[in-house]
Amino acid sequence: MSGNNDYTQIDNLLREDRMPHIWCPGCGLGSVLHSFLTALNKSEVPLDKVSVVSGIGCTGRTAGYVKLDSFHTTHGRAIPFATGLKLANPELKVIVFSGDGDIGSIGGNHLIHAARRNMDLTVICVNNFIYGMTGGQVAPTTPLNARTSTSPYGCFDRPFNLPKLVTAAGATYVARWTAMHVRRLEKAIVEALLKPGFSFVEVIAPCPTQYGRKNRQSTGLAQMDYYKENSIIKHGADTKDVDIDLNGQIVIGKFVDIECPTFYDLQTEILGKTFPHMSKTQAEEASA
Amino acid sequence: MSRDGQLVGEFFMNGDVASAEGAICAGCRFFAGYPITPATEVAERMAERLPEVGGTFIQMEDEIASMAAILGGSWGGVKSMTSTSGPGFSLMMENLGLGAMTETPCVVVNIQRAGPSTGLPTLTQQGDMMQARWGSHGLYGTIAIAPSSPQEMFELTITAFNLSEKYRTPVLIMSDESVGHMSEKVVIPPMEQIEIFPRRKPTVPVDEYLPFKADADLVPPMGNAGEGYRFHVTGLTHDERGYPDMTAEAQDKLVRRLLDKIELNKDDIIILEEDGIDGAEVVVCSYGISARVALLAVKAAREEGIKVGILRLVTVWPFPDQKIKEIAKKIRAFVVPELNAGQVVLEVERCAGGAAETILVPHMGGAVHDPDVILEAIRKGSK
Repeated sequence: MSGNNDYTQIDNLLREDRMPHIWCPGCGLGSVLHSFLTALNKSEVPLDKVSVVSGIGCTGRTAGYVKLDSFHTTHGRAIPFATGLKLANPELKVIVFSGDGDIGSIGGNHLIHAARRNMDLTVICVNNFIYGMTGGQVAPTTPLNARTSTSPYGCFDRPFNLPKLVTAAGATYVARWTAMHVRRLEKAIVEALLKPGFSFVEVIAPCPTQYGRKNRQSTGLAQMDYYKENSIIKHGADTKDVDIDLNGQIVIGKFVDIECPTFYDLQTEILGKTFPHMSKTQAEEASA
Repeated sequence: MSRDGQLVGEFFMNGDVASAEGAICAGCRFFAGYPITPATEVAERMAERLPEVGGTFIQMEDEIASMAAILGGSWGGVKSMTSTSGPGFSLMMENLGLGAMTETPCVVVNIQRAGPSTGLPTLTQQGDMMQARWGSHGLYGTIAIAPSSPQEMFELTITAFNLSEKYRTPVLIMSDESVGHMSEKVVIPPMEQIEIFPRRKPTVPVDEYLPFKADADLVPPMGNAGEGYRFHVTGLTHDERGYPDMTAEAQDKLVRRLLDKIELNKDDIIILEEDGIDGAEVVVCSYGISARVALLAVKAAREEGIKVGILRLVTVWPFPDQKIKEIAKKIRAFVVPELNAGQVVLEVERCAGGAAETILVPHMGGAVHDPDVILEAIRKGSK
């Protein structure tokens, strides 16, 4: 951390020699990344122990821009890669930063199993309702009736409500914010980073190039205006009530924040019965 | 058992279990896998043994996740392994390519079973030998080893870990159901008699470390996550810094090195077993269980007065081109028994280049060869 308590100083966390980035004008990823890095500073986790793991897609490029141990893996497989990394070295703070297509579609099975295990991972899922990098195809999150290059007459393929999915699967921290709510997003990411177990932060973000222009929000600013006018903060909302309809309301807030034994807790507890040296909990080890 | 949890002594165990014990001796402390016949016993043994030696076992949700997890485990600084069979091996292919591209040491044990598809789940085949070489898309070098016995499952799993660290690449144990499920005596020596190749750690200060800058032998030293290097690792074509570089020049430089680090170090990598090749008219060239079955045919042929030698490919990939070329000049024929419709035989034929005849002894799997069929091929080759 920079030491001057200016958490917003994130230059030291960016690979400036990789700029300019590939993201389009109006894309939400820049501000989400800023919130993430600020949150990382604020959380005061030791930066040398942080690993950022991404899959494939626009959001997947994030790993390449952060000056941290960072892994740009295969499409959908960031979560199992991160699982191996975390299990090999439980000291690491492992963050999966990827998009809705990567995490919710091709990687959907890994998402629910990591949540089921309450694996010690923080997943930041940037949801722009579309496959951006490949040119704007329908995603597992695309609202009904939305136009994409593979739903040219309107999407008739019912979308995932990701907070509901991960809550049902066992996530212990679930929040949703938008790329406009930078401070609240930052706070949520700090909470997620400090939460033992599987934490999930969905970030609704603009993709004017691929999603917005086909759905009457043709600029990043128009999409931000839409978030501003249509977001409703409902902390503790039942995740079954947070579906997102085309150009409809977006329920945001912290939906889930519960205590539940993590994978590591159960592993050490149950193996500890046979192997007493393993019975320490993570918290005990941290305080030791 | 020694104090550190390693077994020492003589045991009666099957090939799957022996492979797991080899992994423990090699220092493997992370295993991620998914149940599949006939490889499940590797995972079961690791689930039982890893907690005893301070390692971690996890049963993942599928083989795709298993392969991804061992890559993560390896970057976490822990020697990592998975095991599988046909259908699972197919699912691992994409992340195997990520392992090749990101130069991630790890070991994948494939206890081959008869395919295609679900095929004969409990019965043998050597049908994945070309998949081992070419299974993931694009261009990369492969190291694949084919044990013939439980003892070799133990020893060659250690070799596989050593090669994976030395050359920073996934290494494949291409076994099969008959070896995996064969129970025999396995001798496990004390640790001090086992040679272990440790991870090639960077020797430069943290801020000067370039994660993909290779040493003279074309292999880059490897930092682990959490050690302060703050490196970037990507499956995209990248430069020495690990940064994506989307040019033909960067592609040529990187991919050529990935191929060359295996190809130019072949002499160090390849293990062959030779017997009676000098003065032979026919050489039986085989691997794994087929090479073992062929011994009966070779014995019978020698009793008939046929001069027959044996070239056993302990390492199948990289392929010993030069060796085959040299032998081809001196013999009438190669006989190549394999439990498939002809895979490694194509390499033998290519290298023989017409200097010697190449006779395939195919078998579609489900059982091993009848040695008489191999004997008949040897007779044919000697005429």
